[in-house]
Amino acid sequence: MDHISPVLWQFLQKWLTHFALFPPEASTVAPESDALFFFMVLVSLIGLTIVVLLIVGFSILYSKKRHPQAVQIEGSTLLEATWTIIPLGLFLVMFVWGALLYFRIYTPSANAMNIYVVGKQWMWKAEHPGGQHEINALHVPMGRPVQITLISQDVFHSFSIPAFRVKREAIPGRYTTVWFEATAVGTYHLFCTQYCGTDHSEMIGDVIVMTPDDYKKWLESSTSGNSLAQDGERLFASLSCNACHNARPDARGPSLANVYNARLTLSSGQPITVDDAYLRDAILDPSQHTTQGYAPIMPTYRGQISEEGVIALVEYIKNLDSDYRVQQTLNTTDLLPDSEGGKPAAGAKAPAAEKEVKP
Amino acid sequence: MSAGTIVSLPDQSTARIPKMNFITRENGLLSWLLTGDHKRIATLYLISITFFFFIGGALAGLIRLELLTPQTSLMAADTYNKVFTMHGIIMIFFFLVPSVPATLGNFLMPMMIGAKDLALPKVNLLSWYLYIIGGCMGIYVMATGGVDTGWTFTTPLSTHYVNTHVISTALAAFVAGFSSVFTGLNFIVTIHKMRCPGMTWFRLPLFVWSNYAASILMVLGTPVLAITLVLIILERTVGIGVFDPAKGGDPILFQHLFWFYSHPAVYIMILPGMGVISEVVSTFSRKRVFGYTAVAFSSVAIAVFGFFVWAHHMFIMGISNYAALIFSLLTMLVAVPSAIKIFNWAFTLYKGSITFETPMLYAFGFMGLFTIGGLTGVFLGTTGTDIHLTETYFIVAHFHFVMVGGMLMAFLSGMHFWWPKWTGRMYPEKISQFAAVVTFIGFNFTFFPQFILGMLGMPRRYAAYPPEFQALNVFSTAGASILGVGYLLPIIYLTWSLKYGAVAGNNPWQATGLEWQTQSPPLTENFTEIPIMDHEAYDYEWLEKQQEKEVASVG
Repeated sequence: MDHISPVLWQFLQKWLTHFALFPPEASTVAPESDALFFFMVLVSLIGLTIVVLLIVGFSILYSKKRHPQAVQIEGSTLLEATWTIIPLGLFLVMFVWGALLYFRIYTPSANAMNIYVVGKQWMWKAEHPGGQHEINALHVPMGRPVQITLISQDVFHSFSIPAFRVKREAIPGRYTTVWFEATAVGTYHLFCTQYCGTDHSEMIGDVIVMTPDDYKKWLESSTSGNSLAQDGERLFASLSCNACHNARPDARGPSLANVYNARLTLSSGQPITVDDAYLRDAILDPSQHTTQGYAPIMPTYRGQISEEGVIALVEYIKNLDSDYRVQQTLNTTDLLPDSEGGKPAAGAKAPAAEKEVKP
Repeated sequence: MSAGTIVSLPDQSTARIPKMNFITRENGLLSWLLTGDHKRIATLYLISITFFFFIGGALAGLIRLELLTPQTSLMAADTYNKVFTMHGIIMIFFFLVPSVPATLGNFLMPMMIGAKDLALPKVNLLSWYLYIIGGCMGIYVMATGGVDTGWTFTTPLSTHYVNTHVISTALAAFVAGFSSVFTGLNFIVTIHKMRCPGMTWFRLPLFVWSNYAASILMVLGTPVLAITLVLIILERTVGIGVFDPAKGGDPILFQHLFWFYSHPAVYIMILPGMGVISEVVSTFSRKRVFGYTAVAFSSVAIAVFGFFVWAHHMFIMGISNYAALIFSLLTMLVAVPSAIKIFNWAFTLYKGSITFETPMLYAFGFMGLFTIGGLTGVFLGTTGTDIHLTETYFIVAHFHFVMVGGMLMAFLSGMHFWWPKWTGRMYPEKISQFAAVVTFIGFNFTFFPQFILGMLGMPRRYAAYPPEFQALNVFSTAGASILGVGYLLPIIYLTWSLKYGAVAGNNPWQATGLEWQTQSPPLTENFTEIPIMDHEAYDYEWLEKQQEKEVASVG
């Protein structure tokens, strides 16, 4: 047949071998999402059939040839009520079912492991807590809940894994989360589904689901040497965060040990629970997020740290359960020889001096 | 009169188009450009929106050609982005929004309520000029390199990251927006103040009701779009930072403001189309519209609920889960009035005496495709399934079923239905029935595969896509070429009919509306004397008696 048209022949061959009609179901929510989807398809088909039957049936029964004189009918309250209440009832069933699914997809499982993903024109950058960095790829273990904390560095992006039936917008300036638990080993599409400029359609990657053993091997073989928290610790020291957040009695900033998930009161009097979003805001926009009892003296770090840097800092602070290491870093700087040795000493005095000025 | 048709034309050997009518009243370009006559302004609008429709359609053709292959083979990604952006902007702001209200509505609404003109004829003309200014700016943008933000102008992409003509485009939409505010305002005033004696609210044709509902949406919704566009312009020029997170602004706020207009906008587009369907279905089944009050109030209900569902465009954008719940629930409520309408139209056929002229075929097409479009909208209004389906080809297919399958079918139905009134001549029946069938088939071929593509997860606005999606895309492109033929045919035969069509007479369809009780094309003043409405809308018995009387007096 290929003598007719090679193009057509090639197309027919592709049609027979590479023709997808239904996406793979590879997460725990996928079958649940599909169940609702097929329920809705079924209801829609019934609804559409009724409408088509009415139109075709009446068209045949009451065509002018068969039924030359129309009978005038005002309407029928009973029928109006029927086709108001039945669709409304069905729509409400879909609403409730959909809402349950929505809450399930957007309420992370408590024991989920967290991976940070940064969207930027035009790539996805994944940051694993163990220090693995990936671009346009995401390795995840099978059978373990994974939470993705998303942020965009520039414009809106949208993180979509059709095989998992999950999607979440990556928004500049705020963290969003989504979670899934993969159920089948394989490689699946990762798409950016929010139009984000020139190479929007190149912002695609692979989600690679591995068995827990393979995943462990992958983690070991692809670590950059430092964990995300260690990267954060370095940044913490190099930005001199520890000059204030050092848990000394005269510290100008609050201690950060165990601050994650703690309940704080801001200087505005507003009570908050410390989460990733709060930590990020407190670093980039500190004047609006000062803890009660502390002066709003922290400078903003906006423009000085990349989103990946903020993520590393957040991850570091999250895992900070004592001030020991903060003070250790500080002490090491204190002990540096000579020329640099003088500075910390002056630095150590500075808070005290400022304290005198403050009142 | 044969058994299969209701068309009754005057004896063609003696029939002439009335010498005095709104077209022949004055001659010369200026008499058109400075006219206050709603029928002439409607004609100006008709010519201009047809022009924009074919530009938008050509862009759609380019999109489908590019998507024939998985790679970016026809144009660069940037070009593709500009093409789909311009397609969206032109089709929405310069075709769909003004399509039925500014053409058919402008032409018919005063006649339907027994008025000589709209209440504010000069404002009506101003609205056309604003539309043309906006349109020219749109053409200017296209000629000088286009814009690639998507028609949704999403920030911060539109404010900080693209280097194309965002400001000119936003201004174009801003100006065109005022044209629809003025049309809406004019309609509301006219319907309130200019109804002829005896024309009570519940004797109004349903076309008037649905245009009234759409007018309320235009007047209340469009200013919010205007504000949003001004903010975009200010953000881009002086960087006021309302939407810029780096300055403490919130890009989500833009989404709220934009969809506060743009969701009601889809009802601005579809409601007048629903009005057309009510008129057509009634006329070709010789029956009063089943449940007149239910259909009338469902239009108002859509207009009211339509304002409270905007955030269903934002379910995955990090709005609070509880906000998503409320907006999903309200979305379910707005779906019901549409279902009511569909069933009422279907039951209008019951015990009717149905004929199948072209307007009726398009109306059937509307009912089928709008049902699919509406039901798939419920998939997207349901929070849980929206997560998977939104931002994919599913949503593209959904709104094309509503906007093209619904609105465009309704527009073509109405154009064929009122063509004899507008021009005094009939369109050729057989070929137009053929065109209606071709459009229906082409439409389904084009857009149905896109539902499956969306289910598979193919994202929208992709210039290139993974190869396993190709087969369905080839189907879609093949369908689009059929659809293109379906849209070219009417242009050709309608133009032909201007000179060679059969003389239509006052009322070729035996329809009941007041617009049919005057000559075709109508006089500039519409009626020789202000009519008095002494019967309900769609009263076919009144019409029969009226005709018997005429026969008796002539005899």
